Amino acid sequence: MTASVIARLSEDVPHRTIILLGIVLAALLIAPWVVNDYLLTVLIVALYSAYTGQAWNIMMGFAGQLSLGNALYAGVGAYVAAFLFTKFGIGPWIGFLACAPAAAACGAIIGFLAFRFGVAGVYFAILTIAFAEFARIGFDHLAIVNASAGLFLPVQQYAHNDLWRLRGNPMMFYYVILVATVLAFILCRLLLRSRIGYFWLAIREDEQAARAAGIDTFRYKMYAVMISAAVTSFAGVFYAFFYNNLFPEQVFNIGRSIEMVLGPVIGGVGTLFGPILGAFVLNGLAETLNSAMSAAGLDLPGAKEVFYGLCLLLVILALPEGVWPPLARRLGIDKGMR
Amino acid sequence: MTALLSLERVSKRFRGLVAVDGVSFAVPEGAIFAVIGPNGAGKTTLFNMIAGAMAPDAGTIAFAGEPIAGLTPDAVCRRGIARTFQLVRPFPALSVEDNVIVGALLHRRDVGAARERARELLRRFDLFDRRHRPASALTLPDRKRLEVVRALATEPKLLLLDEVVAGLRPTEVDRMVAVLRALNRETGLTILLIEHVMRAVMALAARVLVLDHGTAIAEGTPEAVVRDPAVVQSYLGAEAV
Repeated sequence: MTASVIARLSEDVPHRTIILLGIVLAALLIAPWVVNDYLLTVLIVALYSAYTGQAWNIMMGFAGQLSLGNALYAGVGAYVAAFLFTKFGIGPWIGFLACAPAAAACGAIIGFLAFRFGVAGVYFAILTIAFAEFARIGFDHLAIVNASAGLFLPVQQYAHNDLWRLRGNPMMFYYVILVATVLAFILCRLLLRSRIGYFWLAIREDEQAARAAGIDTFRYKMYAVMISAAVTSFAGVFYAFFYNNLFPEQVFNIGRSIEMVLGPVIGGVGTLFGPILGAFVLNGLAETLNSAMSAAGLDLPGAKEVFYGLCLLLVILALPEGVWPPLARRLGIDKGMR
Repeated sequence: MTALLSLERVSKRFRGLVAVDGVSFAVPEGAIFAVIGPNGAGKTTLFNMIAGAMAPDAGTIAFAGEPIAGLTPDAVCRRGIARTFQLVRPFPALSVEDNVIVGALLHRRDVGAARERARELLRRFDLFDRRHRPASALTLPDRKRLEVVRALATEPKLLLLDEVVAGLRPTEVDRMVAVLRALNRETGLTILLIEHVMRAVMALAARVLVLDHGTAIAEGTPEAVVRDPAVVQSYLGAEAV
């Protein structure tokens, strides 16, 4: 079983790609031991963005369904996990077993309404925004999770990292999100190379032709939305336990959804490395800008958002496929990686 | 021979226009059957109704003895009717091989087995050496063949070909005709084609149905049909005289 999964993972992958992957992974494993606390937080945010981007990519990059409301799934994950923890003392890992189906169910409702009644393209995107907004406003009035006053996880000093309850120092959180990102990458590669992946790509390329080839497009689009939602919900669990506070205004904010889209768009929609590369490029540049501005003594609120906008504009103009595909061709590793 | 596909008084209207008006015919199992007619005769509408892209307003369509009118296109395909599109629509960003794998996965769970089958078909249609190219990089004749290969990969009992040789050079037409005949002979595949190119129709079809303004005006062997005065009048016209 394990052997066959490993065989499938490395199938058609050139040696150069495996070596490159090894180097990147080694660098990421060593990183927390050589960077300072601030940079460690930046890396955590970058990995978080890579993870959520990877999950968004399942829906848009693979199955061609544009979601601009993935904050909904992260938010549901965050609230369900935090609620179970604060009210019943149920840890995040068990909590995730409830978060994933809850988020998938939200995705299923949106998907059903859209795909059943032929809501597609930008109209689908608007529907996803609408549901994220419903959640934001709804949770703002939901007394059981403290409504707009916010839900807080108890914070204490911990002598040891408690991985089971996700209580501990940033280094533990770093490794948790790193492992999650690696697992999401592996999941996406396996999905993409299986029957479901071929059907998704067919739907993305030409839905009518996909139907003519016998694909039940409704069903496979539902799978894409539900899997993307379930994967995204873990990001919410992580968010809740890392930041220890949840406000509907923040977690369901459309800005969170847009941030999940930026990484893959800049890195390369539909590619496996795009979301990761895009997340690091974007967060790296934003932090450079940040430190440059504080060195110059400037304090401009909203500068980061303007900067994101500029990055997006530049990539769309200069590299419409995203940064990764041309880079992969340059490195000679564009074969077999899908 | 029993009829694999039979249409009984099938009609379709778009607002005031009657596109297909009470057309009946039967395609025997293992046959190659052609539908011809001038532009706007309702051929593609007829095809779309068989393939599930649109439901007829009246009449019945039966495949292997079961009614299929009103089923969705994917359900029709899963029952064993595969189609090509008049304006070819391969999955542009996917490789030639992946295009065919998508079709082959319909009745296979395993990607490896689907790839095997895809390669077998690509060899047969001379596309094997181009299998790693993106479909968008192929020439029109190659894309037309890819469309046929992808449809065949779904293992149909009936293949619907919508103007599959239109726009091809005569040598390419002959090649396509030869491959289709071989397929029909060896596997017993039933083929229903819409065609403008009489060269292909005469070489392929055992029976021909002629549509004009949505109604069937003649049916018979290709030789008989082209001599039918009504057909000559409405369709072959100046070309034949």
